[in-house]
Amino acid sequence: MSLTLGLFLAFIVVTLGITYWAAQRSKGAGAYFAAGRRITAWQNGVAVAGDYMSAASFLGIAGLIAFFGYDGFMYSVGWLVAYLTVLLVVAEPLRNAGKYTMADVLAYRLSPRPVRAMASISTLTVSTFYMIAQMVGAGALVTLLLKDSGIHFSTAVIGVGLLMIVYVVFGGMLATTWVQIIKAILLMSGTILLSILVLAHFGFSFGAFFDAVSHVSTGVDPKTGQSIIKDFLQPGLRYKPPYGALDLISLGMALILGTAGLPHILVRFYTVPDAKTARYSVVWAMVLIGSFYIMTTFLGFGAATIVGQSYIKTHGGTNMSAPLLAQALAGNVFFAFISAIAFATILAVVAGLTISASTSFAHDLWTNVIHRGVERKAGEEVRVARITAFVVGGVAMAIAIALGPTANVAFLVALAFAVAASANLPVIVLSIYWKRFNTTGAVLGLGFGLVGSILLILIGPSIMGIDGPGATVHHLIQRAPIFPLENPGILSIPIGFAGAVLGTLLSGREASAEHKFTELQVRANTGLGAEKATAH
Amino acid sequence: MPHESQLPVALAPENTTKPEPEDVWEHVAAMDEFKLLLIAKSEFVIPAVITFVVYYFLLPISVGYFPQLMDKRVGPVNLAYLFALSQFFVAWTIAALYVRGARKFDNFGTRIMDHLDKREAERLKGGN
Repeated sequence: MSLTLGLFLAFIVVTLGITYWAAQRSKGAGAYFAAGRRITAWQNGVAVAGDYMSAASFLGIAGLIAFFGYDGFMYSVGWLVAYLTVLLVVAEPLRNAGKYTMADVLAYRLSPRPVRAMASISTLTVSTFYMIAQMVGAGALVTLLLKDSGIHFSTAVIGVGLLMIVYVVFGGMLATTWVQIIKAILLMSGTILLSILVLAHFGFSFGAFFDAVSHVSTGVDPKTGQSIIKDFLQPGLRYKPPYGALDLISLGMALILGTAGLPHILVRFYTVPDAKTARYSVVWAMVLIGSFYIMTTFLGFGAATIVGQSYIKTHGGTNMSAPLLAQALAGNVFFAFISAIAFATILAVVAGLTISASTSFAHDLWTNVIHRGVERKAGEEVRVARITAFVVGGVAMAIAIALGPTANVAFLVALAFAVAASANLPVIVLSIYWKRFNTTGAVLGLGFGLVGSILLILIGPSIMGIDGPGATVHHLIQRAPIFPLENPGILSIPIGFAGAVLGTLLSGREASAEHKFTELQVRANTGLGAEKATAH
Repeated sequence: MPHESQLPVALAPENTTKPEPEDVWEHVAAMDEFKLLLIAKSEFVIPAVITFVVYYFLLPISVGYFPQLMDKRVGPVNLAYLFALSQFFVAWTIAALYVRGARKFDNFGTRIMDHLDKREAERLKGGN
């Protein structure tokens, strides 16, 4: 295990070096929040992919496919297709119309204070839930990998938290971007290597591979003593009747609309010089993300066929499927390598989340809401963002430690996507494309989407349910769920849109918002007046 | 009737007075190039969004409601897996088509910017 520790340390040393280099260059707000808008298309594409391929993707998806087969692969599909929404609808107008945060686009033609306050609350909610999920995952992973070294869960969480605070506080967006790029390259290489090894295991025969996938042993029937064989290509192993189909559709809605509302993805488009570069960076990201998610077939099905469910269950659980697959295929060195990649993945994503949350607090809430758009002292916004990074990191560490290593974190990620799809996306789209849209609509849309998706998750099967004997997942409320779906999107997204549309139509016309629509439209489509890249 | 943007810049009605910086938005919004840009964009983006949304939701609908049909064997895999895999290639294709189509949008944008540069140069000359 000392090898794993060594690889962890190597990654930490390299990334701290980058942070030092970035700190020398990050002078001023444009440099700190948006890396001077000088990131190139491929760099940003790789960084977007890095921000997106979180622990949930690498460890979570491999585990879901290893245990539920085809239904797990449905996540992979949605996570790529989602980028068409980003490419076709959001990325370019956002780059042209905004400065540092998602709220910039809303505040462009609507009354800035209420809109920014609501958008910032929504950003902080999405980022914090997402971050807690990552930190619980990181803590569990580190504890498991280094169990001989006596590192506790809380020590591991604090270590991850402190590192990400260092990246963000000292290196800003430039350091965060480069940490993402390195992590994405490591993750892609690890995944390609694993996929080749899985195929080699089956003599490079797709026929043999899929034949094994169609006959996976999922355990032993206690009555007959015979092993249970399941076809893992068959849909419905996770999403069963009566609500399974609706849950799948609901999940799909949250994925393809939520991605374009995730604050830590959206802020990446401010780091490039112009809308055209933003467009090409989405395409780069789609190539990487798509290839990665297609390869989850080999990771997940490989773990199911080569490692086996019963072994995974007793050696760290579903989330360890990918590292255990590496161990089964190529021994402890490869296991250490893949584990170190998983660690790097979590660290980078957490840093990306922290910077988007702290930017939103400093730029939206502090400067624009509390101080009405006036920065009282030069550099105040950056200073506030740095302090916020400490606070956000501290809160996430405390909650992650309180929840403990066995917490069911999947619902936190589901919640982040649901809030992004139900609260953020409707108001972003309507403010760019609907002239009549007004401040009341934006505030109600954000509020309804946020409250609606949180409530539906609270009364859904992730939180409510009666634990059977020997259940591994414990529900917080021991009662039958009121809302039958795990994924609230199918109801909460229409609620968010309804809040935005009804709020607009039921309140008076807002002359200034309609007047400024022309300005936004020209700016979003031509880049006239858009924020420029800064010189060195 | 000659369009405003085709007139020599000095003859355009806005240039009889020194324009305020704000009226540039109205000026661009009234340009034919800009209107054509918006039409060209919506002609691509609206059908593209409808295509990918419909194609994407056909997947959860078909595997959710017709699992037996989707489990039909095709070579080493089944229909459900092939359909899911096809989503990746459809998404990449739509992205590639968009990048190709967007060159046209960029050309409109460049022409609008060139026109504004010329207009600004004329304005400065007139002001001196």
